Amino acid sequence: MVNPVSLIQISVGAIFINNFVLARFLGLCPFFGVSKKLSSATGMGMAVIFVMTIASSFTWVIYNYILHPFALEYLRTIVFILVIAGLVQLVEMALQKYSPALYESLGIFLPLITTNCAVLGVAIINTDINPVTGMPFSFIESVWNGIMSGVGFSLALILMAGLREKLEFAPVPKALAGLPIAFITAGLMALAFLGFAGLNFFPGVGG
Amino acid sequence: MPVELMYPVMIVGSVGLFFGIGLAIASKKLHVYVNPRIEKVLGALPGANCGACGYPGCSGFAKAVVEGKAESNGCIPGGSKTAHAVADILGVSADVSDPVMAVVHCNGGNSTARERALYQGIEDCLAATLIGNGSKVCQDGCLGLGSCVRVCPFDAIHVTDEGIAVVDQDKCTGCGKCVKICPRNIISLIPKVHKIYLACSNHERGAKVKKYCSVGCTACTLCVKATPSGAIAMENNLPVLDYSKEENFIPAAFKCPSKCFIDLVKTRSKANIDTKCNGCTACVSVCPVPGAITGEQDQRHVIDKDKCIGCGICLNACPVHAISMWGVGSNVKTNTGKR
Repeated sequence: MVNPVSLIQISVGAIFINNFVLARFLGLCPFFGVSKKLSSATGMGMAVIFVMTIASSFTWVIYNYILHPFALEYLRTIVFILVIAGLVQLVEMALQKYSPALYESLGIFLPLITTNCAVLGVAIINTDINPVTGMPFSFIESVWNGIMSGVGFSLALILMAGLREKLEFAPVPKALAGLPIAFITAGLMALAFLGFAGLNFFPGVGG
Repeated sequence: MPVELMYPVMIVGSVGLFFGIGLAIASKKLHVYVNPRIEKVLGALPGANCGACGYPGCSGFAKAVVEGKAESNGCIPGGSKTAHAVADILGVSADVSDPVMAVVHCNGGNSTARERALYQGIEDCLAATLIGNGSKVCQDGCLGLGSCVRVCPFDAIHVTDEGIAVVDQDKCTGCGKCVKICPRNIISLIPKVHKIYLACSNHERGAKVKKYCSVGCTACTLCVKATPSGAIAMENNLPVLDYSKEENFIPAAFKCPSKCFIDLVKTRSKANIDTKCNGCTACVSVCPVPGAITGEQDQRHVIDKDKCIGCGICLNACPVHAISMWGVGSNVKTNTGKR
């Protein structure tokens, strides 16, 4: 049914080759905004994984059982925004009620990513043809893609936070101090991640 | 309406309606009761999120106060004003403590204290102490690299051209963040009403100190002798000022041969003797400054305004209340213990 090899390929693809931040350049706002401290970067990463997983599963169902049968694929963007925003609100309320501890750690990040382009991006990518199998994403594949895209985002965010914590103490020229040097660092990281394109086991995927 | 328009409108509309109703139900079912007083208390707090209260930010403190875990006067930067506001919301009376301010116990700047090395590392006191305990010869001197400046949420502490951190007494709220971060432990909190503090933390004594710092404390104990109430005590070759005894430290500051004390009041008002004086000479014997009060027995005494340090000790010594404080000075304290 679900090919484990394809899941591994999806993971490598989502984390390294088509990393959301460093290869697709989606979700740059939280990437720069929340990468000043390692602790908050970790919290944000966990929240993104969480939201991407939920968003992937729900949007897959909506797309394949509502939009596709009525030939309304062109409405996916607006419907997905609606679904994801509503869903995250719902999850936030449920968390506050049933798991205050989790809400304390993720709560402040959840509203930040309700309509983040990376979350919307993974939902839309899941409606495309899976480059690994050549078929549309199955439910399990799309959820897995959501988790792994979130892991890729977290990886980039945590790496960046680690670098920026070190940068705090580097003798940076005054004109470059702060955000400018962070952008340069991000550019160099993106170049380094470009090297993973050589791992491309599925030709045809944009890399 | 054409059919191709109907489906999209219906689908998106129903999805929207579904989520709208879902959220409406959820907000009722999953409603978490938040004490409205928490919001009110939060509004009364300064909102600096400095953490001086020991809670994670102002919202953490607001929650703790409403739950009764924290005192209404727990917000140090807010001072009595915030304490009263919080107490009003909670319906309790505020126990207001005296406002405090931070002071840096070092005055050994570039021109007065010697360096023993050239430090070129990270501009940070914590980093500098890790490398041979800083570049100053004095092992207790201010490094002037501004760790306290960066940690201050109120922009109240700055490093002067002399390379010494100095607290702006008007901006300081006494939150104590600089006290915690200083690797030399030379910043402390003193009551704001006291304007005099010791600007040295060196624990060595005598000529040794003079070799590397011209404003260093030599542990000569003259300040202890100048304070008969015992509010200054020597501890490990350094005088310790006991502010709780509400003592008059002006004579001690005057007597210090190394000028280690800093008086935040630039010009103090001077004593003046009026015609009620009966020439009993009681004031002459208590005056800490030799020659500041002169006069013959049984004749009106005169105060030399240039020599008077404005300590106010003579005020209480005078049996006929002939002495009063005159001039531009502010915050005059007498040794009666009143404020």
